[in-house]
Amino acid sequence: MTLAGVLTKKNSSLGYKTGTWKTVMPIVDFAKCIHCMLCVANCPENTIKAKPDKEKVVLLDRIDLNYCKGCSICANICPVKCIKMVEAKHG
Amino acid sequence: MARLCVMSGAEAAAEAMRQINPDVVPAYPITPTTVVIEQFARFVADGAVDGEMVLVESEHSALSAAVGASAAGARVMSATDAQGLVYMYEVLPIASGMRLPIVLTIANRTLNYPANIHCDHSDSMSCRDHGWIQLYSETAQEVYENTLLAVRLAEKVLLPVMVMQDGFITSGNVVKVRILDDNAAKRFVCGYKPRQSLLDFDNPIAYGLKMMDSCYETKFEINAAMEDARSAYLKIGKELERITGNRYGFVECYRLNDAQAAIVVLNATAGTAKEVADNMRRQGMKVGVLKIRMFRPFPYKEVFNALKHVKAVAILDRSESYGAYPPLYSEVVNAFVGIKTRPAMQSYVFGIGGRYIFEKDIETVFKEMLGGKVTGKVRHIGVEK
Repeated sequence: MTLAGVLTKKNSSLGYKTGTWKTVMPIVDFAKCIHCMLCVANCPENTIKAKPDKEKVVLLDRIDLNYCKGCSICANICPVKCIKMVEAKHG
Repeated sequence: MARLCVMSGAEAAAEAMRQINPDVVPAYPITPTTVVIEQFARFVADGAVDGEMVLVESEHSALSAAVGASAAGARVMSATDAQGLVYMYEVLPIASGMRLPIVLTIANRTLNYPANIHCDHSDSMSCRDHGWIQLYSETAQEVYENTLLAVRLAEKVLLPVMVMQDGFITSGNVVKVRILDDNAAKRFVCGYKPRQSLLDFDNPIAYGLKMMDSCYETKFEINAAMEDARSAYLKIGKELERITGNRYGFVECYRLNDAQAAIVVLNATAGTAKEVADNMRRQGMKVGVLKIRMFRPFPYKEVFNALKHVKAVAILDRSESYGAYPPLYSEVVNAFVGIKTRPAMQSYVFGIGGRYIFEKDIETVFKEMLGGKVTGKVRHIGVEK
């Protein structure tokens, strides 16, 4: 045991998959997405990832469901309402 | 060269802090410990110390800031008493659980209710369970030296330490104190190298996370640290003895070798008891005093050895544990667990809310012990019926 039980492993929180907590999960309609990055910036858990693109500079890539807790901020903030919250599937 | 100065116990604590030169002192004033903080603030204003003094909005903030600073690797000290100490209460077990070597000076003052600024030990006694090393000081000289010792002890075993003195009685009365030369004091205290720290980016750590699995084990380790503190205290005390010429046992035995009656007591009242013992010895009565210097960890073995031959022992507590026997009495009795032949032990409570205890009161106690007047009932000295 470490002194005072301190954690010394870097990135140890990655081992704790908080995605199991959600009851609803986001689905992105990439046809409607305008890649404004509002969802990326506002996700409290940084689960929404962007990727570089030749034309548009940056595109919405995916949502990491391992850590997404289903708070729905992305769906609420999307200006074109291309994110839908559906019943979560765990497994 | 050590020099003889004239100062109060509170000023002696501040003087030790000046020589220790801690990195961070988060503090909030409360009578009578305020003098320690005011004096240290003067040192800060005069540039006599290098550290950061943080004037926080409450004692709870003071200890919280102390925990943060200490976890970041700083040498941290503060001072408080009474309501201030119990305002820090929820952070006390955090400091010990996190194994932070914070040193607090306490000028013992009674806990409210009623509000009263005068001395009794209810404040520090109420904190005796939280893994803090507790040292009690009879005189300003002891306060000064205990404070230097405390910093070394805290950093050796990684437990926080409280250094007590009687509020007003010791903290406010001006006496002669022999102060070490600054270099000698600094050499004794030496620099602080934290074993781990939040600011060590090469070895990152995270404290204080929810630990459902290993909470028991993390707290259990405090037991080992307390055991280490016994030998560490004696070793560091021997080092300090070489510089000051004074001795640092867990207890001080005064004329106990052939005593038939003894008084066990903490802090300044030990001095009064020694005076009374001398008077009574001159009249042929065999009495002695056991002054406890280290209350946590409690020196059961040393107390047993000091008292085992005495016929009757009076334990004088300056605090109560309502509904049960008082704390010092309870510990002394525990020193004799499983021993068939033991002194008769009588519990006394005195000095609550600063009520004076006089030499004649102590003489009465000794005489009651010599007369074998021992029962299981707590006697309250000085309470008006």
